[in-house]
Amino acid sequence: MIKERIQEYIVPLVFSVLCILCFIFAGVSSTFLVNQLLLRFVRNGIMVLALIIPIVGGMGLNFAVVVGAMAAQMAYLFVLNMQLYNIAGFLLVIIISIVLSAAFGILIGKALNIVKGREMITSIIIGFLANYIYQLIFMVGFGTVIPVHNKKIVLASGIGVNNMVDLAPFKNGSDKLFQISAGSIDIPVLMILTVLIFAYLICYILNTKLGQKIRAVGMSMEKSATLGINVNGIRMVTLVISTIIAAIGQLVFLKNIGVINVYTGHLNTDVFSCASLLAGGATIKKASVRNALIGILLLHTLFILSPLAGQNLFNNVSLGEYFRSFMAYGLIAFALIMNIKHDEDGLGKGGQA
Amino acid sequence: MKTKWSQIIIAGFLFFLFVLAFILDMDILKILNISFVKFAMNGVLVLSLIPMINTGIGMNFGLPVGIVSGLIGMCIIVNMRLTGIFGFISACAVTTPIAVVFGYIYGIILNRVKGREDIAAIFIGFSFIPLMNYFWTLVPFTNRQMLYPIGGVGLRPKIGLAPYFEKILDNFCVLDIGGLSIPLGLLGSYAILCIGISLLFKVKLGKAMIAVGENENFSRLSGIDIKKVRHTAVIISNVIAGIGICVYAQSYGFLELYDSPLSLTFPTVSAILIGGSTGKRSTIFEAVLGTYMYQTIYLLSVPIANTLLLPQLSEILRMLVTNSIILYALLKQQRRKAGL
Repeated sequence: MIKERIQEYIVPLVFSVLCILCFIFAGVSSTFLVNQLLLRFVRNGIMVLALIIPIVGGMGLNFAVVVGAMAAQMAYLFVLNMQLYNIAGFLLVIIISIVLSAAFGILIGKALNIVKGREMITSIIIGFLANYIYQLIFMVGFGTVIPVHNKKIVLASGIGVNNMVDLAPFKNGSDKLFQISAGSIDIPVLMILTVLIFAYLICYILNTKLGQKIRAVGMSMEKSATLGINVNGIRMVTLVISTIIAAIGQLVFLKNIGVINVYTGHLNTDVFSCASLLAGGATIKKASVRNALIGILLLHTLFILSPLAGQNLFNNVSLGEYFRSFMAYGLIAFALIMNIKHDEDGLGKGGQA
Repeated sequence: MKTKWSQIIIAGFLFFLFVLAFILDMDILKILNISFVKFAMNGVLVLSLIPMINTGIGMNFGLPVGIVSGLIGMCIIVNMRLTGIFGFISACAVTTPIAVVFGYIYGIILNRVKGREDIAAIFIGFSFIPLMNYFWTLVPFTNRQMLYPIGGVGLRPKIGLAPYFEKILDNFCVLDIGGLSIPLGLLGSYAILCIGISLLFKVKLGKAMIAVGENENFSRLSGIDIKKVRHTAVIISNVIAGIGICVYAQSYGFLELYDSPLSLTFPTVSAILIGGSTGKRSTIFEAVLGTYMYQTIYLLSVPIANTLLLPQLSEILRMLVTNSIILYALLKQQRRKAGL
């Protein structure tokens, strides 16, 4: 039990130490850090929360959240193409992205139900594949198959969407609503509340009857099946919820930034979200909302500070950038290696008993 | 032998592209010439997957580990300014021990994550790349042609091999038959490697590998040290991958450092799957066929997409096919397991 506790806290602890070191070397003011951190917390929080339910459901890190991110971008682009703006347009964006992500979630669920035990590798390939389907739609499909109504979003040649699309038409000030300024720190209260509401929602879902079923499936598929739980159905629902939350996460992210990087905006959202969750002490078997919230703060502190620290220490920004991508990917690799090893040990003992 | 639908479909698609190229009035002979080079250029990397697949470790998504060892080897040789065929051979020679060391470590990790190698390997590859970026940035090489022109510290992302061993195999013993030029040197060295690997599976070690890949419990009972065999397979795969990138680089004419090794993994894996491998067992023939089909499809689709005025289409379609094939293989493998 104590060993488990230590395991849960060792990663966040290491990250805290790294953060402190980076803060010392980066030499930035704490107000700058806090402002940046709040901004990133608001932007990336919901996407990280989307990963929790699949982990509880025993499917490991769901790299297919990137598909949810694409659903949100597709919704924005389709609505912009319809030339619907302002509140009505934004509501339509929300509806379309939920519908699209639910549909994608069902497809992902179908695929992951075939490959039980190898969900993570499959979800990562699904993410890559979806990226190219997405590129096909927006680079080639727009202007050839899909009629263009809004000339502003396509390239001069008339085929393919611009690399950057402005979301100014949806600007309604919600990001700055109830913003409190304490000294030079701006606190976007409404947006922070939004993230916390989603955190509460995840806790709530996991405590309902559905949540208990998800936990049961996560512990043992065979036992749940004998208890009369529709295992495939529950796994499907898990992924639909996860994909929808991911889509909303990207929706909030883009709304906050105010511009879509059409072909790169969604890339790596999966990896960085997974790394955030793991930095907060989650494993590929166990994750909680607390892990997510701590992890976002720790990982992003490191992300903000490490290029600056690299600049100050070695006079080279890119060294800091390599450090942070190594942290993100290395953390996932480390978590996988440690957990799979534990798995093997557990299985071995089970087999002997 | 069962009919392999993937092979037939891809071959049909390739045939369709050739017909399309003919209709669009493209220079078929020139395309064939390039296709031979592209084929052998990527072929060795594809071959490197075979030992790991046949030992049951699965598709080597950690290919960047092997590729990086080859890149380090070549960088050392370029730094020493060795040229010509001697330069190329010594690059391969230097690569081998580096790849053995990396493969040794990589093998230890893969033995720890037995059964889930693919996902772990992907992230080992992903995290290895930023780690090596430190090496590329900080390594104290002195050849000015490799370093950033400004500042003089850190290797360039793209190092030209023209003064060293660019196209050394490509231009070795080229046979010309009425416009059709066959690079015998390149194809020959590729063939030697193919024979080498098929011989590997004839000796005791190779047979042990196949046994481990087919039935682990049975091999354990017959006294095979499974961990050791798996470890050896990873090292062999890694060394071939290192040599593979040497062959690739001499043909391409550039050393591509930093993030670029990542972009080779998926095309390589999907090439062997296109050839009809299931990802659980694979023959040399499947690797050879798969590489040729994959590369030639890509080769044909670029000018065709350009003629159709959609230049981005070919790259998207290529990666679409690449990833769908891998996904299909994953889904199909699991179906088979469920059927047992």
